[in-house]
Amino acid sequence: MTMSAIHVAIENVSRRGFLRGMLATGGLILAAEFVPGRAALAYATGAAKFPGGVVADPHVFVSIDPSGIVTIIAHRAEMGTGSRTSLPMVVADELDADWAKVKVRQSPGDEKKYGNQNTDGSRSMRHFIQPMRQCGAAARRMLEIAAAARWNVDIAEVEAKNHEIIHKPSGRKLGYGDLAAAASALPTPPPDQIKLKDEAAFRYLGKGNVQIVDLFDITTGRAGYGIDARLPGMKYAVVARPPVLGGKLVSHNATAAMKVPGVEKVVVIDGTPPPSKFQPIGGVAVIAANTWAAIRGRDALVLHWDGGAHDGYDSAAYKAQLEETAGKPGKVVRNDGDAEQALTTAAKTVSAQYYVPNLAHAPMEPPNATARLADGKCEVWAPVQSPGEVQDELVDKFKLKREDVTVNVTLLGGGFGRKSKCDYVLEAALLSQAMDGAPVKLVWTREDDLHNDYFHAPSFERLDAGIDGQGHVVAWRHRVVAPTIRSIFVADPKREQAGELSQGVIDVPFAIPNLRCEAGEAEAHSRIGWFRSVRNIPHAFAVQSFVAEIAHTLGRDPKDMLLELIGPPRIFDPRKSQGAAGYTNYGEPFETFPFDTGRLRRVVEVVAEQAGWGRQLPAGHGLGIAAHRSFVSYAATVVEVAVDNKGKFTVPRVDTAIDCGFAANPERIRSQIEGAAVMGLAIAKYGEITFKNGRAQQNNFDGFQVARIDESPVITHVHIIPASIKVPASGVGEPGLPPFAPALCNAIFAATGKRIRQLPIGDQLAS
Amino acid sequence: MVKLRVNGQEHSFAGDPSMPLLWYLRDELGLTGTKFGCGAALCGACTVHVDGQATRACITALSELDGRLVITIEGLDPDGNHPVQRAWRTFNVPQCGYCQAGQIMQAAALLATSKNPSESEILSVMSGNICRCGCYQRITAAVKSAATGA
Repeated sequence: MTMSAIHVAIENVSRRGFLRGMLATGGLILAAEFVPGRAALAYATGAAKFPGGVVADPHVFVSIDPSGIVTIIAHRAEMGTGSRTSLPMVVADELDADWAKVKVRQSPGDEKKYGNQNTDGSRSMRHFIQPMRQCGAAARRMLEIAAAARWNVDIAEVEAKNHEIIHKPSGRKLGYGDLAAAASALPTPPPDQIKLKDEAAFRYLGKGNVQIVDLFDITTGRAGYGIDARLPGMKYAVVARPPVLGGKLVSHNATAAMKVPGVEKVVVIDGTPPPSKFQPIGGVAVIAANTWAAIRGRDALVLHWDGGAHDGYDSAAYKAQLEETAGKPGKVVRNDGDAEQALTTAAKTVSAQYYVPNLAHAPMEPPNATARLADGKCEVWAPVQSPGEVQDELVDKFKLKREDVTVNVTLLGGGFGRKSKCDYVLEAALLSQAMDGAPVKLVWTREDDLHNDYFHAPSFERLDAGIDGQGHVVAWRHRVVAPTIRSIFVADPKREQAGELSQGVIDVPFAIPNLRCEAGEAEAHSRIGWFRSVRNIPHAFAVQSFVAEIAHTLGRDPKDMLLELIGPPRIFDPRKSQGAAGYTNYGEPFETFPFDTGRLRRVVEVVAEQAGWGRQLPAGHGLGIAAHRSFVSYAATVVEVAVDNKGKFTVPRVDTAIDCGFAANPERIRSQIEGAAVMGLAIAKYGEITFKNGRAQQNNFDGFQVARIDESPVITHVHIIPASIKVPASGVGEPGLPPFAPALCNAIFAATGKRIRQLPIGDQLAS
Repeated sequence: MVKLRVNGQEHSFAGDPSMPLLWYLRDELGLTGTKFGCGAALCGACTVHVDGQATRACITALSELDGRLVITIEGLDPDGNHPVQRAWRTFNVPQCGYCQAGQIMQAAALLATSKNPSESEILSVMSGNICRCGCYQRITAAVKSAATGA
């Protein structure tokens, strides 16, 4: 895309003041009886397996005031993907509403009412485009019924168009506002009376002509993030947490802290022993009249910690241990043919090992929450990806009734999976309780964030390929050794689990007759959590780097090699491989979201063509390619790198092709893919948290560096594979990330002949 | 006693003079548009103008601000229509939006002194402002556009 003015100009009445009033009570929803919408869906998704499933009822999501302003509920969290705009946009399109007369209102946590709200896994559009279309179409139908009744005409004679109902024979018109009261009194029409629009009639879907509803407020400082919550009488808190996972407070002295002006109370938070899931890990809180006093008070605490069971965690030693494990057979998790035998008899073998270290999420808005827990009721204001789970945890911890727990979802200043884990909300609630019900705003400093994250797990992967006398790859063995996310929920299973292995290991789509995957044992020594695109990061790095290494060994073009390994277009079902029956397909029914190697081939071919694969490059430049299916979308990236004679590199250009099914909001899809290139660069170039004596060594953005504007890709061109509304929308937030690091490292190899097998790149290119 | 002007209004502060401007703005004045990201002048989320200069509010103590003029994102333009703010909207820069107030204040300070900055000047001046969502190519385009009025 070019960066000349983007073709979006539709303004929206939500732009002013929306979240400004977020702490006020009262709402705009017309009183309406809750009726669970029964969606008649063209295809099944995995949504039904989540708490609340899907709801498509306009009585829940849509209200219209007499002036014609349509208010649509956004029930998913907004962390930058655009879902708070895009899903209401789906409703507005089917409603044939004028976007300039649409307001968006964020729902609190209530999955029974709104359907699932766990904003994670690139699921928002995938799970809710259908119910939101149904919802908008049902609301349109209700307005038509109301108009036909008002005019006493046959409903076949009326039609909704641009915020009005038109009586076609007479040309009479009624605005949506004129019909709102009558329409809202109607029952939700059954699915067989709801007609979805034809694709040709879409106004916003697929167009990219709608701006995010918070755009004006974001650019004027008025947008409300969790950290911006303010309540009368509110106190401010920070917490000193155990420096090592599972460490215990032996003693503390708060005398000096209490002398800091503004400090009001020092409170010990009991730690939850591992596996602690989303519960607090404990610590000592300082509660004060303002954040600065709390920080100074914390600095003055004298604390003595017992290191705990993980104080020997040392990243360098741990990596050596992972490497040793990867040298031995692991648990077999997929086994086609006989890879061991084929490796033995191959004419040639290629082997390589790859490593991706611990990473931190580091959203720009660190974890924070404001809570009030008094009189058996708890209300929180927080940037959370999954308000339903926050309710679950608060109910569980404080033995409250669910209806007495209110979770107000603010904007999220980045999430990336960190804000799926609500330990910080529980801390805030505990502190409000300790302050006898006064509201408390808890803020994690950046140091707190980097020291106590649910870290992305380190991963060591060994790959071996066997090549026959004709130059065909006939054997593939992939060993992955990494601790599992599951270790935060249950006693540590000590190896990647099915869902993790389904992210680029057992679903490797290569047409190789002898293909074996193994998972080795690795113990977790920190809290481990999902990070944007999760295990696809290390797995795609290993697999897609290795493909280019095989190509180099055979003197083949890396793009041709990749296409040859993917093989002919076909539906590839990993579950049919021996040992891989547990393949999870991102929780989606395989029938709706099959693994179509033709679509994977297509993104490779499109990106190669668009990027000018094979073109002449200046000296020191190189092109690299990588492709990966994740979150049931297909993405391929070509990176152009320029490496100077000191080993300093820049990225003049990135091309990414994305096939995410129907592209509901192409403008936000582009922004997600552009951003994925920047985050991908950060991971590849700098991303690493190291541990010593069980303690994370990086404190802030000096030690844990992320990509800055002067080193980021100069331009990322996004190529969206066109698809009709009949092609199920899949995922967008995460799939752009996995191909970036291998494409970059493949480009570096093309430019310099140096192969990067361990991230981050750091100073490995220095000469 | 520290006396300062914030967005045109006089304020006086008799509390802890070591308090960084960031927390004074956010906690005491309720001006929450200025964001906390690092507390160490590493990310730029807290960027404001002090006497017209882009300044990291998170490391600027109130004791340094007696008699100074502070402008925050809320005071950049009465209608929110500073050329940088308009350009940000034209190019749909934000994703999560959290860092954008700091980015906009940094860019506005640049354009106040350098009417038509080169691309390398833009990248250099903006390199202190982190965007974890990765909106950088749109930031560059928006700053260029705001500078030229294009």
